[in-house]
Amino acid sequence: MEQKTKIHAEEGRQELLITRQFDLPIDLLFKAYTEAELVEQWMGTKVLKLESNKHGAYQFETSDPKGNKHGFNGVIHEFELNRKITRTFEMENTPFAVQLEYLDFEALSDSTSKLTMHVVYKSAAIRDQILQLPFAQGINMAHNRLESILSKKS
Amino acid sequence: MNLRRDAFQAIADPTRRAILLLVASQAMTAGAIASNFDTARPTVSKHLQILTECDLLKQEQNGREMYYHLNAGKMKEIAEFIEPFRQMWDERFNKLESIMKDYQLKQKE
Repeated sequence: MEQKTKIHAEEGRQELLITRQFDLPIDLLFKAYTEAELVEQWMGTKVLKLESNKHGAYQFETSDPKGNKHGFNGVIHEFELNRKITRTFEMENTPFAVQLEYLDFEALSDSTSKLTMHVVYKSAAIRDQILQLPFAQGINMAHNRLESILSKKS
Repeated sequence: MNLRRDAFQAIADPTRRAILLLVASQAMTAGAIASNFDTARPTVSKHLQILTECDLLKQEQNGREMYYHLNAGKMKEIAEFIEPFRQMWDERFNKLESIMKDYQLKQKE
């Protein structure tokens, strides 16, 4: 089966492309990005601020299972209804530099649409670190499991 | 056989990721690796076989013992590292899609 979400990341580059086709009309896909209540539902985050317009800003806050709060924020540089959003994205209290995100929305038919996210990082090294975060978390989880197995043994 | 795909599947398993983590610091024999797990020895051997087949582990004969060590070159290939990243986005977008379908139905009511 063909994968619905694709990542294109060339080695040594400081950018990547995320593409995804949706069984949704274009206006609904776009709405998922502009209405706070909907963003909260699919991103699993609290939306503190979301100004969906040019020069607007946004601020999200998620809580991890341990109850720690993680903040995300950015400003919106370009906003064209059902066509594009250009924004910055910053993970607060992390060593990662701000990234630039170009979101392009495209209607494929009356009921299907496509999102292309072009993300530009400060450096190729930062891009690779962020790409590897979910992999590293998987390794850490396995490591923690291993440690708990070992501690039970002793 | 799609080797790249197999590497993805290989690292999708938590026990196999733990094995990779173990041998990342030093080459180990199958017995030494197995002693770190509660799992039966044949199960660990099967995991080692899968990891070796998709080139994430390399075997090296040292005297009478066969040692397993990490194939750093293969691990470095960005494709393996980005699969969990892709899955994260895929899950996120699946959620977006289902929430917006519900939203669409509610609008029609």
